[in-house]
Amino acid sequence: MSPPPTASALREQQAYVAAQAADARVNVELDTGDMTLNIGPQHPATHGTLRIACQLDGEQVISAEPLMGYMHRGYEKLCEVRTYPQCTTLINRIDWLGSFANEVPFILAAEQLMGVEAPPRAQWIRTILFELSRIANVSLFLGDMGVQVGALTPVFFAFRDRERVLNQIEEVTGGRFHPNFDRIGGLKDDIPRGWIAETHAVMAKMRGFCDEMEDLLMGNEIFQTRCRSVGVIPGDVALSYGLSGANLRASGVDWDLRRDANPGLAWDQVDWRVWTHPDGDSFARYWVRLQETREATKIVDQLLDGIPSGPIMAKVPRIIKVPAGEAYVSTENPLGEMGYYVVSKGGLGPFRVKIRTPSFSNISVVPWVMRGTYVPDIITILGSLYFILGDIDR
Amino acid sequence: MALVDKVKLPKPLSWLLNFGRARSLWVYQWGLACCAIEMGAAFGSPRYDVMRLGVIPFPASPRQADLVVISGTVTDKMAPVIRRLYEQMPEPKYVISMGSCANCGGPYWDSYSVTKGVDQVIPVDVYVPGCPPRPEALLEGIVLLQERIQREDMQERWRGEPIVVPTSAPSSTRVPAPPGASSTASAVSAGSAQA
Repeated sequence: MSPPPTASALREQQAYVAAQAADARVNVELDTGDMTLNIGPQHPATHGTLRIACQLDGEQVISAEPLMGYMHRGYEKLCEVRTYPQCTTLINRIDWLGSFANEVPFILAAEQLMGVEAPPRAQWIRTILFELSRIANVSLFLGDMGVQVGALTPVFFAFRDRERVLNQIEEVTGGRFHPNFDRIGGLKDDIPRGWIAETHAVMAKMRGFCDEMEDLLMGNEIFQTRCRSVGVIPGDVALSYGLSGANLRASGVDWDLRRDANPGLAWDQVDWRVWTHPDGDSFARYWVRLQETREATKIVDQLLDGIPSGPIMAKVPRIIKVPAGEAYVSTENPLGEMGYYVVSKGGLGPFRVKIRTPSFSNISVVPWVMRGTYVPDIITILGSLYFILGDIDR
Repeated sequence: MALVDKVKLPKPLSWLLNFGRARSLWVYQWGLACCAIEMGAAFGSPRYDVMRLGVIPFPASPRQADLVVISGTVTDKMAPVIRRLYEQMPEPKYVISMGSCANCGGPYWDSYSVTKGVDQVIPVDVYVPGCPPRPEALLEGIVLLQERIQREDMQERWRGEPIVVPTSAPSSTRVPAPPGASSTASAVSAGSAQA
């Protein structure tokens, strides 16, 4: 049995209790109740009109909910009242940065339904333009990611070098980034004279741009601190949310439709590799995209050297009628898996088109990955997930 | 600027003020769709470089902006937001509608969710056609807007009355008359702005 407390010990005890009570009062006063932070629908970091409603506790995010539909243009319904050649004009504009890549899966699905195959030369030029639009698309991300962490210089470099790729696309198709060049059964035109040598030179410049970004941005200590172990998405979570493209590969999942399910383009003819990164953080997503851009320049270089001769259009009737049936074709677009489920009833236009776009699935992981992060990291995570609003809302 | 709407300014002074206003436009960056990328190329890329026209593209808020470029598709869900942001801009304010979608709906002319033209929501000063317009076309649209500001009567603009800008400049203003709507290939100036 302990002796009764002395008067001084009693005083100490009372002082301790009083101090604890004061602390508790201060904590109550300083308690940060939930605050709603509304980002968007007009915000530079959302690449368009995405709106994100965040519940904050102080500086920490409790929940983040992406609210979409501000750029819904009704592609699937509009495709039902267009003919097949008219559809390519529309679907160019879904992912407005990699536009030629949008046309390819739809055209491939229509070709599959008609039983037509494009001649080899058309397939190779298609693949070249596909990879060029990938470079034009991702190079903007490589610069834009710098803006998200507060570095303004890289985006000027990106716009400067992207113009060169757009010039090459324009020289063939006539459009800077809505080419509308793909036709059922081939391509509209052949490549112009002298284009191959020019494109080789541009690809060398783009490799220089990748090196520049590696030195300028990825080696930067601030960039590394802002991006490393921020927004980590493990591989199994990424798979369960249906992520695709570089976001999935940055989580360590070795998955690339260009290699795994080549739907009839020339990727299997050249030597290239799929890059993955085990970390799954913002830095990994940037790293994977950088390596992919470099890899795409190599793919283009190899394809340019081996374009087969021959026609660029298969024999197709002038008025295109697609026999009844259903087809789903997806390709590895700059942002991830993009697929078209085309249902035809034998008419001039599709009966129903379901468009599977990568960004829609990619931002579905936002509520999961944002939970517990801090407010400044919202922007870097959104930037590194790299979505395009037309691709989300369609 | 209380003097401007009360007293008729002498012509050299109003010319000078208009000259200053036209060459220091602050653009609110407002990317909506595809055209935003071409707008970014016009504003952010070294090849086009909009700042040589005196246009400064980096205000962080609509409350600091003189000019907004509606670049891209306006949907029915986005239209109230656009109206609200436009109302936050201080007078005098100008609007450039960039691209077919913002002009009239463009390729989504029969879509159920697209507003057929941003001029249903806010008054537009200059329409730039194209899908998307090249950055050069946007630059010409900005030059046309500057010519328009140069010819404005500041008194009317500050009173908030509807502006009727003369189609050809008086000879004393020393500003070359703008090319007519029919002779310009890439941008068309419209005269339907209301304050």
